[in-house]
Amino acid sequence: MEILLAIMTGILYAAGIYLMLRRSLVKLIIGIVILGNGVNLLIFLMGGLSKGEPPLISEAGLALEGAFADPVPQALILTAIVISFGLQSFAIVLIHRAYKVLKTDDIDTMNKTDEIS
Amino acid sequence: MNEHLILYPILVHLITAILLLFFWMKPKIQYYISIAGSAIGIIIGIVLFQSVWENGIQSIQLGNWQAPFGITMVSDTLSASLVLIANIVALAISINSTKTVVSTRIKFGYYAILHFLFMGLSGAFITGDLFSLYVWFEVIIISSFVLLTIGGRKNQIEGAVKYFTLNMISSIIFLTAIGMVYGVTGSLNMADISRIIPEIENKGLVQTISLIFFVGFGVKSGVFPLYFWLPASYHTPPAAVSALFAGLLTKVGVYAMIRVFTLLFPLGETNQLIIMIIAGLTIFFGGIGAIVQRDVLKVFSYLIICHIGFMVGGLGLFTEVALAGAVMYMFHDIIVKTTLFLMGGVFHRIFGSTRFENMGGLMDQYPRLSFLFAIPLFALVGVPPLSGFWPKVSLFSAAYTRGEFFMLIMFIFASLITLIIIARVWNNIFSKRNIERKERVDMKYFNQFSLWQKISYIVPIILLVCVTLYYSFFAEHFQMVAKRISEELMNTEHYYNAVFGIKENNIKL
Repeated sequence: MEILLAIMTGILYAAGIYLMLRRSLVKLIIGIVILGNGVNLLIFLMGGLSKGEPPLISEAGLALEGAFADPVPQALILTAIVISFGLQSFAIVLIHRAYKVLKTDDIDTMNKTDEIS
Repeated sequence: MNEHLILYPILVHLITAILLLFFWMKPKIQYYISIAGSAIGIIIGIVLFQSVWENGIQSIQLGNWQAPFGITMVSDTLSASLVLIANIVALAISINSTKTVVSTRIKFGYYAILHFLFMGLSGAFITGDLFSLYVWFEVIIISSFVLLTIGGRKNQIEGAVKYFTLNMISSIIFLTAIGMVYGVTGSLNMADISRIIPEIENKGLVQTISLIFFVGFGVKSGVFPLYFWLPASYHTPPAAVSALFAGLLTKVGVYAMIRVFTLLFPLGETNQLIIMIIAGLTIFFGGIGAIVQRDVLKVFSYLIICHIGFMVGGLGLFTEVALAGAVMYMFHDIIVKTTLFLMGGVFHRIFGSTRFENMGGLMDQYPRLSFLFAIPLFALVGVPPLSGFWPKVSLFSAAYTRGEFFMLIMFIFASLITLIIIARVWNNIFSKRNIERKERVDMKYFNQFSLWQKISYIVPIILLVCVTLYYSFFAEHFQMVAKRISEELMNTEHYYNAVFGIKENNIKL
């Protein structure tokens, strides 16, 4: 399972970076989204996997007993997902606006602010 | 002593921002609330700094969760002094924005976002938890995206696309590094991690993680191969916004870098070498980039990159003297770079453009203003009694005593190239003969301004110049602060004890 997830994370990173290197603005945003998902999977994987052990304290006990899934990575992923939602919605509005103002989807032609003089 | 004092710098800007939201369509009231909020921020900054200075590093456990499990807020001298300086900049920007930012932008919530940005900055300086550092960084960048795009002019949108993309990548890299740190240490509390990392046997993995952090923060602070978003976007928004970005946002990256590479991953030989080489190249390419530009805001943007090299280089040298120099340079740089970009706004209003070929003759038209503007420009070069000179003493001597002549040569190169660039700026704007310009009808020029408009442009610059002059003539105060900061940074047990010592006190209570 770990190896599968590790390969999956790698594929998501590679796909995200590949899409970001394309010339289209839309693909740039999709690339960022995929890369973000890759990070979430990485955090999940780095927290350690354990099967079928929810981190719940039994009614009789005072602390977690036996094997349990680490709840911290799940909290981190939840936070990261919420943040990336916000940023992605901003990004979509931004590229829509950029397309309307600059009348192009091609990143290579967006070099006005880099020109000398 | 009030134990919640550490949280006040965050709360003051949060409350100000919420208050501002109630006065959405009323710019006049927003001016007063924003200026009052920033002024209270300065007072809180002073009180916090004084408290940290007298009682040592302070911390608070949020929700009373004990140290390695909950989120800890820690304020050491570095955090407290940066919070104070950020609030001084906040006051200057608040005053400046009253007239430089048009009221349609303010009706889109400009001031509220501004204060959310300052909340994020205070949070990033104060937090002692790696993941909450990431969250504060996100607060900062979301606010900065909105500030950059508000108004929606062509240049702004184009700059924002680049700024957005690279800052997103930097956040993703930072989050990757956090995930890996959690994987190898099982903790997110920075003080806790600093004790676990030396015990990890797989040194190669630790080295890799530390460099992932370096890349993540490197994009934010604009070091050599990662800086291209900075000159592409910083000249596009209104002067107040670019002044804020120039002064503080890149320095947050440097602050995070200093924190991570002193506390979590104390620099080894290899990392020192890598960081020093990158700092040297940052100085070189920033300086060369600035010299070819013909737009004064772009020149200043490249100078930001060039001078990031001083701070990163000071970190790379990794001795107490060098760190003190780097921190002192950071204080000086925040104030002076903010002033320069605010001056850029005034140039825009005087000449109708910020390109060198449309400028000239400022000294004949406005001699008193020129004298005022000369102070930050000369401070940037580091002309002796002014503020740029003092941190360089520490940095140069640290580079010399460690025998790192590459770094020493790059520091000298940076000083010389800054001198050449400022001479060019001076020549083109101040002493060149005034040229005939076509008056733009769509713009109100500086000489048509009412008194209040002139005050809102000039008073923040005077305020920041006063801070620069204080730095210049009472540099020993800053030297003392920087010395203590570098001691705290190099001896991490103080930080560790502060985070975990409070926990013992709480048990006693």
